Amino acid sequence: MLLDGKTALVTGASRGIGRAIALRLAAEGAHVAINYAGNTAKAEETKAAIEAAGGKAALFQADVSDSAQVEQMVAAVTEEFGTIDILVNNAGITRDGLLMRMKEEDFDAVLDTNLKGIFHVTKAVSKLMMKKRAGRIVNMASVVGIMGNAGQTNYAAAKAGVIGFTKSAAREFAARGITVNAVAPGFIATDMTAAMPEKAKEATLAAIPLRRMGEPEDVANAVAFLVSDQASYITGQVVKVDGGMVM
Amino acid sequence: MADADKTFEKVRDIVVEQLGVEADEVSIDSTFIDDLGADSLDIVELIMAFEEEFNIEIPDEAAEKIKTVQDVVTYIDQNSK
Repeated sequence: MLLDGKTALVTGASRGIGRAIALRLAAEGAHVAINYAGNTAKAEETKAAIEAAGGKAALFQADVSDSAQVEQMVAAVTEEFGTIDILVNNAGITRDGLLMRMKEEDFDAVLDTNLKGIFHVTKAVSKLMMKKRAGRIVNMASVVGIMGNAGQTNYAAAKAGVIGFTKSAAREFAARGITVNAVAPGFIATDMTAAMPEKAKEATLAAIPLRRMGEPEDVANAVAFLVSDQASYITGQVVKVDGGMVM
Repeated sequence: MADADKTFEKVRDIVVEQLGVEADEVSIDSTFIDDLGADSLDIVELIMAFEEEFNIEIPDEAAEKIKTVQDVVTYIDQNSK
């Protein structure tokens, strides 16, 4: 299998795209550390689904926006699995609203989790990967970080930040055999997009050449490739999984 | 054995491990970049390894001044608890 003997840490893996990524990496043979912030029941479901398919997984609760919790989590994962070969920074939240009405705490909350969270986790895990002279990091961006989206100044700013972070980290870590890429999903069927108003959904669909929403598994497929040995010559890239929405 | 000698030996071991050089290539006067072939990432990793081994904090301003093995040994002997 693609990822036999590897250990992967997936943040925000209790639901949605993170869950699909955790399942997919486990199906490829990776041992998966499932990080989640608060939804223990959903995280348990992800773990159970991996184990039912014959995979190996463990749960690690931590708020990625809190550096102390992240340090503890990375130490706990290393203790449990021995090392971390693959990091998928997926944890993310939304606090949508038009800019004129957006509260400062809604802006900060999204930046803290979606961008600063990646800083904390990547910093902690990169120490291990630098020593090993090997590693794969994939950060979850979004097409809105490239094209913008009304009502998501905070989310789009964070995701654009993720892209700049990804390219800079790719340059820093390249000499150590660590690749860093971003995956930018478009309109994917998850709880996050289910919360969108019907009209907004219709308008978004009309702008997608493939004329359908993506599934979390579509994103997971791209991630599985990028974290495998097959993608060893790919770094600093933003892979869009969006049905052609942004070209 | 004097403290500085002990510190040097520990520093040398870390340098050997991090940079993949032979122990006899590392002298007290060796410069990390010119003599031992370290790049900027190597320096960061070395500083982190020294911090861990000697249980000290080497702030960036101090780290920037470290050019030779002697610089590290001096810093550690002056700042370790």
